[in-house]
Amino acid sequence: MNIIHVIGFILMLIGFWGMLTQKNMIKIVLALAIVETGLQLVMVAFGFIKGRTAPILDSAELVNNPASMIVDPVPQALVLTAIVIGVAVNALMLTFVIRLYQKKKTLSITEYKDLKW
Amino acid sequence: MELQHGIIILMGLAMILSAILAMVVKDLISSVVAVGVVSLFASIIYLLLQAPDVAMTEAAIGAGLSTLIFLYALHKTKDAEEEND
Amino acid sequence: MIKKLFAAVLLVFMTVMLYQLYSNITEKSELSGVSRGYAERGASELGTQNIVTSIVVTYRGLDTLGEVSVLFIAATGVAVLLRRRKEDEPAVTAAKRQSSEILQTGTRLLTPIIIMFGVYIFINGHLSPGGGFQGGAVIASAVLLLFLSDINYKINHGLFNVIESFSGVFYVLIGILGLLLFGVNNFLDNRILPLGEFGTILSAGAIPVIYSLVGLKVGTELASIIDNMKKD
Repeated sequence: MNIIHVIGFILMLIGFWGMLTQKNMIKIVLALAIVETGLQLVMVAFGFIKGRTAPILDSAELVNNPASMIVDPVPQALVLTAIVIGVAVNALMLTFVIRLYQKKKTLSITEYKDLKW
Repeated sequence: MELQHGIIILMGLAMILSAILAMVVKDLISSVVAVGVVSLFASIIYLLLQAPDVAMTEAAIGAGLSTLIFLYALHKTKDAEEEND
Repeated sequence: MIKKLFAAVLLVFMTVMLYQLYSNITEKSELSGVSRGYAERGASELGTQNIVTSIVVTYRGLDTLGEVSVLFIAATGVAVLLRRRKEDEPAVTAAKRQSSEILQTGTRLLTPIIIMFGVYIFINGHLSPGGGFQGGAVIASAVLLLFLSDINYKINHGLFNVIESFSGVFYVLIGILGLLLFGVNNFLDNRILPLGEFGTILSAGAIPVIYSLVGLKVGTELASIIDNMKKD
């Protein structure tokens, strides 16, 4: 499924572009969420094998010969983990954004110069 | 198989356009919703990639809860929305 | 100006790197070693229909423990950073409008059904797509519906803390039980309970128990993240 790799890579590039150019902190977190989605698409697409079925053994022939009939389950398990951790990390980052906003009443990242040389 | 390719290309274009929209548009609520749309289309693509577990997780967590957490964060920082970004 | 140039150069590098990665992709036609092993042994060794569940819960159970810990730490971080201090408490809170009658009545009807659906998802994790994480998210969305329909709704923090702590403790205890019964390589082994008949709900040993604990833990943690983000 080469199309899906391309879609995932383009999404990652859009996310990186957003992270590098946006000034609003919430938009930077959103850009990171887009990068995550793109990366997860690429990872699941790596495990896809044409003409095979999902890794759920619900018929007798699947149980007898699973290794030649199912797609790769390991990337799916990894992405399952990555999605759940992704939302927790996003929530933590948004919390930092909220705390920064409560201090300076602005969301623009150019206003936070305390560590700038 | 050909039909499925067409669907995937269309959904991919929709995802890429909403991702660009999310980064370009000024209104923060629109960009949060656009990122939610990207996640929702991603979950349909997971289903076509024979990964129903991942599709369920992405639809429930990526498109549902994550959008909502972003909206709550926007609500807490809403005085800054009129500011140019 | 110099910043934009820098960003453009970085993006070009990134594009070249991703293109290199893309041009080296070869389409797979066979499962590779580890995946083949999991696919062939999952059904007979652990009795699960859903191979992804057997990887997440048992074969890579230690990773899932790490994941749950990350989720716990993130939820704690949100709670600590957003806790309300005495001095910045707003003096007067404006009266909020109650939500509509339709939403309130609908919520009373739907909340038990949504929670039951979440429980259904994680109890059937070894048979059908789904599991603790998805079921937990569904339960958290039921709590969210309660927040939306009643502006004065407060979650029962004591009950949530008890559920979360006990499910975490039992999760680790089941893992250690596997170590004690089957040796050092068997953290979170599901064979501490009988495997049962393949394809029925009471099968796959301890996997339904483990996934129920994970579901309760994830559900309460996501609900507490939402609760902390909502407070104003």
